[in-house]
Amino acid sequence: MILLRALVVTSMVTLAVALQVALFPYLAYDGVVPNLALLVVVAAALVRGPEFAAGLGFLSGLAIDLAPPADHVAGRWALALVVVGYLAGRVRHDARTSALAAIVTVAASSFVGTSVFALSGLVLRDPAVPVAEALQVIPSAVVYDIALTPFVLPLMMRLLQRLEPRRQVAY
Amino acid sequence: MTSRSRQPRNGQDKRPSRTVLVLLLLASFTLITLDVRGGEDSPVEPLRSAAGQAFGPVEEATATVVRPFRAVPQFLRTTGELRKDLDRLEAENAALRGELATTVVDRNRAAELDGLLRTARSTGYALLPARVIAMGPAQSFSATVTIDAGTSSGVHPDMTVVNNDGLVGRVLRAGRSTATVLLIVDADSVVGGRLGTSMEVGFLRGRGRVGDRGRLDLDLVDNAVTPTDDDILVTWGSKNEVPYVSGIPIGRVTSVYSSPGQLSKQAVIDPLVDFSSLDLVGVVVDGRRADDRGVIRADASRLSAGPADSGGSR
Repeated sequence: MILLRALVVTSMVTLAVALQVALFPYLAYDGVVPNLALLVVVAAALVRGPEFAAGLGFLSGLAIDLAPPADHVAGRWALALVVVGYLAGRVRHDARTSALAAIVTVAASSFVGTSVFALSGLVLRDPAVPVAEALQVIPSAVVYDIALTPFVLPLMMRLLQRLEPRRQVAY
Repeated sequence: MTSRSRQPRNGQDKRPSRTVLVLLLLASFTLITLDVRGGEDSPVEPLRSAAGQAFGPVEEATATVVRPFRAVPQFLRTTGELRKDLDRLEAENAALRGELATTVVDRNRAAELDGLLRTARSTGYALLPARVIAMGPAQSFSATVTIDAGTSSGVHPDMTVVNNDGLVGRVLRAGRSTATVLLIVDADSVVGGRLGTSMEVGFLRGRGRVGDRGRLDLDLVDNAVTPTDDDILVTWGSKNEVPYVSGIPIGRVTSVYSSPGQLSKQAVIDPLVDFSSLDLVGVVVDGRRADDRGVIRADASRLSAGPADSGGSR
């Protein structure tokens, strides 16, 4: 069972990362694509809580950092998604009360994730992107993530819930 | 917040442990430090190539699956007009539309291949045709793409990548079947360029944007020279033609400005290549080597025989 769960979660993350670089560039708005891996992490946070989501965030961030064609310093998306997983997990009781709350959680997570990534880039000067450029990208990233949420988030949450061990989440 | 999350809900939920978070954050910071400090031969590089081996085929498969759907926008545009004329021929229409969509893609692909052939002939370089299978997102702030040719086809780091319009970038790292290409519009990319009319040289830096606003900044070495608008820029060429071969067109001068505090004149360059719709590219290879796929050579008018032609045609 544990093996199956690991397998399903791994393939979810792999598929998310692959779609992000191979399919969505054709549907990109000004080069910005929806961050599917972030949505997986948020879904995991809402279903399983902060520890699991932070761990999954680290792994999926690592996948984005290492999978071609990524060329930035490795660990930057890992850091961003650990923070996202933990924060989204902390607010999950509120986030699961309504669809709107879930969407707000996704928006906040997307904003935090993209910002942490951009900030780490500014600190490391990797690549030396001016702040104005970063500010242009973050809003469109948030909007695109929200646009995809209704299609992706419920699906992934249901899948993760089915994989949940016997100990049911309270609600 | 703290007091509330301390309250157990249904006796099952407990306060999330900080240890996990701290450990994961430390792991991330360690990874970042290792990669930054290591530079070229960082300990993360083997991991990266391993991930390339693992993700390359997955990305390739995804690209193959989604490729037919790329014609869908064109297909929808023609639907309105078709419906007016062919109202009663719906069934036939559907078949026709499907055919049309693939024809458009095929025609574009043929045109691109023709263009590559022309490029090979006009520049005299041997080109290895490859497909773009993945593109880095703008949120990552780096302009890189994955192509479906790797070391098994003779692609190695620091090779020049062109398409039928001009210079695309250079190979950063190559896996067995895929390679990562740094586009010239990336903020880290620096290319030596030469102005077509005055033969003056300068350095081109990317701005990190891929879309319609993808532009390059040119710093000229000789500060007495003022580039003229619409002047064409070609590559200057590096030592031993690594990483950039010479004489490949890069872009046109769109505006010239001089900023106070800087001696040299600066110009904004509009690249000839449309980076948001990159598909077929050519890697400049040593034409004398035998590889596992067809190489377009300057002297031959056709593809040299190879088991796989332009790579992954259906």
